[in-house]
Amino acid sequence: MSLDEIKIGGMGASRRRVEDNRFIRGKGNYVDDIVLPGMLHMEILRSPVAHARIKSIDTSAAWDMPGVRLVLTGEMMAARNLAWMPTLSYDTAAVLATDKVRFQGQEVCAVIADDPYIAKDACAKIVVDYEILPVIVNPVQAAAADAVQIRDDKEGQVGNKVFDWEIGDKAKTDKAFQDADVVSKLELHYPRTHPSPIECCGSIADFDRATSKLTVYMTSQAPHIVRAAVALVAELPEQNIRIVSPDIGGGFGNKVPVYPGYVISILASILTERPVKWIEDKTGNLISTGFGRDVYLKGEMALRKDGKILAFRMNTISDHGAFFADAQPSKFKIGLMHSTFAAYDIPNAHLFATGYYTNKAPGGVAYRCSFRVTEAMFFQERMMQAAADDLGMDQAEFRRVNFVKDDDFPHRTAFGFLTDSGQYGKCLDIALEAINYKNFEAEKAEAAKRGRLLGIGISTMTEPLGAGNSREYDILGIKMFDSAELRVHMTGKAILRTGAKSQGQGHETTWAQIVAHELGIPAEDIVVEEGDTDTAPFGMGTYASRSTPVAGAAVAMVARKIRAKARKIAAHLLEVSEEDIEWELGRFYVRSNKDRGVTIQECAMAAYSNMPDGMEPGLENTAYYDPPNLTWPFACYICKVEIDPETGVWDVLQFVAVDDCGVRINPMIVEGQIMGGLTEAYAMANMQYQTYDEEGNCIGANYMDFLLPTAWETPGWELYEVVTPCPHHPIGAKGVGECATVAGPAAFVNAVVNALKDKGVRNIDMPLMPNRVYEALTTGKDVGGMPPVRSGD
Amino acid sequence: MSSSLFEEVQTPPSGDISVRRVTINVNGEPRTADIEPRLLLADLLRQGLALTGTHKGCDTTNCGACTVLFDGRPVKSCTMLAAQADGHNVQTVEGLGTASELDPVQEGFKQEHGLQCGFCTPGMMMSAKALLERNPNPTEDEIRWALSGNLCRCTGYQNIVKAVLWAAEKMRSN
Repeated sequence: MSLDEIKIGGMGASRRRVEDNRFIRGKGNYVDDIVLPGMLHMEILRSPVAHARIKSIDTSAAWDMPGVRLVLTGEMMAARNLAWMPTLSYDTAAVLATDKVRFQGQEVCAVIADDPYIAKDACAKIVVDYEILPVIVNPVQAAAADAVQIRDDKEGQVGNKVFDWEIGDKAKTDKAFQDADVVSKLELHYPRTHPSPIECCGSIADFDRATSKLTVYMTSQAPHIVRAAVALVAELPEQNIRIVSPDIGGGFGNKVPVYPGYVISILASILTERPVKWIEDKTGNLISTGFGRDVYLKGEMALRKDGKILAFRMNTISDHGAFFADAQPSKFKIGLMHSTFAAYDIPNAHLFATGYYTNKAPGGVAYRCSFRVTEAMFFQERMMQAAADDLGMDQAEFRRVNFVKDDDFPHRTAFGFLTDSGQYGKCLDIALEAINYKNFEAEKAEAAKRGRLLGIGISTMTEPLGAGNSREYDILGIKMFDSAELRVHMTGKAILRTGAKSQGQGHETTWAQIVAHELGIPAEDIVVEEGDTDTAPFGMGTYASRSTPVAGAAVAMVARKIRAKARKIAAHLLEVSEEDIEWELGRFYVRSNKDRGVTIQECAMAAYSNMPDGMEPGLENTAYYDPPNLTWPFACYICKVEIDPETGVWDVLQFVAVDDCGVRINPMIVEGQIMGGLTEAYAMANMQYQTYDEEGNCIGANYMDFLLPTAWETPGWELYEVVTPCPHHPIGAKGVGECATVAGPAAFVNAVVNALKDKGVRNIDMPLMPNRVYEALTTGKDVGGMPPVRSGD
Repeated sequence: MSSSLFEEVQTPPSGDISVRRVTINVNGEPRTADIEPRLLLADLLRQGLALTGTHKGCDTTNCGACTVLFDGRPVKSCTMLAAQADGHNVQTVEGLGTASELDPVQEGFKQEHGLQCGFCTPGMMMSAKALLERNPNPTEDEIRWALSGNLCRCTGYQNIVKAVLWAAEKMRSN
């Protein structure tokens, strides 16, 4: 009799999480929980100003403090060729400043002391003499002819431009615009925000002079990339470098890059021959580590009267801060911005992108987003609403007319992506029904009687999740694939390791479920380990919703390799030829006699005790998976809001989310990902952003200015599911972690703008704080758009 | 603060920093330490007593990852001086449940998937515990209000609310 897959915790089981057993007892092992014998503590002195030449640094008073072991400056780093380091986008970034500081919060000195209190005290004793320079806080200022040059360190750099980049067929697109009945336009700013995991970044570097071994415990979503980077930058032999990512208190893209603090702690450990711990504080995290977004987007759509989209063209201007440090595939300067409009059948498109340096924090620009797709999909869905309004067409119907149809997959987009599968119309129908779309006008009229404004906003999108394939996707030349290693012990229990690294996604639970599905070994018999480069196979880590599409696929593939070997063992045990063997979950049997069989556990025992002649002993294997394509999940979100016109405050009355992420391994965890993502979308739409004043002071440097929604503000979420299996993924799964953050913001903004449509309002830039909404509804004018950015709101 | 300032470690404090002796009842056991007056309660718990379940997220009383129960009331231990706790009771996540049996709040968080990365979880559970002690039958709104001093970046709170409702029901049926 076949096993019950749900009972053994296989695919489709909402298995309770294994990792919770330690987290709910306070026994997680985060980097700040690790204590090593003789450990010292490091604190970083940051620049209080945004742009200045360093005239002098006096560290003598810091050195004189009892308990201080080392004070590091940029000059000391430079003497070891470590003052600058490469970024993930072929630029350089300062580790400790030597010539100038280029943004507020930049690392200037580091103090290593016996305890963190002394290290902080000593930082306050360092005197830095700054010669203040003009400050640039937006791309318009950066592009000005007389603008001060921020990157005067770079040979050949002219002005403050980082890149120009374009894609698409401009001539065909322009022609389509000439033939259009209606041309619709929109411009907006996707403001700078920050992933802001609750746990900040940190590291403990432990260099052992006797063995030349460097062990670094750190908050990294991609420990293997760090090992490679340390080998290349610090010129240490790679076999002597061990990077360990212990439990991570949230990542959201913030913990992908290599930050100066990590590098400094490594040098400090080499110099002091003691373990050195660096734990960033919240302000340090918010003002110096990888932000998200900060892009101005401007676009036009060519439309036929019947609603058919003929073409679109877009310009983006992105603000990269002081160093170009985007974590993104090297081929694409503005990430996967060109995945925009992938859900719609549009023959012609052109995109032109420009990036600028400014005196703001540099960053990975990833925030729960595959390489700029959040900006791409936000603009797409805001544009869809504006175009529907310009055509006088229903916003749901306009989307339906232009959707790629169910039997048109795979579909090649105008920019060359190949979307794999989907049932877009079905998802939209479910959402419209759930929110009672037909009844909305009546509800709106009813609310108007109470003096309230009602709005409804739709956001539908497919996005590319799960980088690679390796043909097109690499980071610094390292191809984007992933890996899994499975060792089945003789009692049929197993350990699985992957090149990914969970930061809350629950890999310890779900990876075991994939193995259970493939081998019939109960999930509870499988231990999952990640994050230690000495034991895990090489992988590119967890971001861009790539774990399940890539590492998850590798898990299935390695389990299949194990099953193939177990089949040979089964044939040997059952004394029949391999061709006569059949498989059912957890068991091989003889085709002609189903009662004659052996379990996978019996095969495991035989692999170590009774293998066929000539067979290599053991039951272990490794799989590297290079995906043939990205996976393309679909999301359809509809939001209904009510605005109080006397204050501009808006409330979410209902939010409906239909997600099609293919086959769901653990539905409970998938729903958790979606609800978390929606909450971050709500945060960006409502309150969470970073801006800078004219002097380059970061507004949003702590949780009093940078607002995260609490349980009190956060609305409830209604989730629905559609399953279109991914045709090219071994278990039919697609990425999901970022769908809600990507598609969510436009649903809120579209709802608020929809409520103000009758007043002539077309756009309000996020976050939709009451003052902005109030301004729009009282003036009937848009709020936001291209720079110069309004300051002080 | 430094581990060398604790009585357990037999080295005398360095320099001319004044030291104060405190006795705090932590999870039911009196613990005595010689501390600098400026030592924060969170640091005493984490570094002095190795109770690392109390997390530090923001150092500014905003995120609530460091929430502990102070004489039964939830407080943020990152901005409270350890000296203020002298003679008082402090309960941390390590004091929830026993080695063999989980507290209903812990069980609720696991059953309802009320956590993902786990970093906010100890503080969130301590706030939930305090709520259920004073209100065994809270509404969803009462739960959301009681937890509004604790930030979670992963879950979107919906499952945390469910977790607390689960725990409330379990506690009532016990």
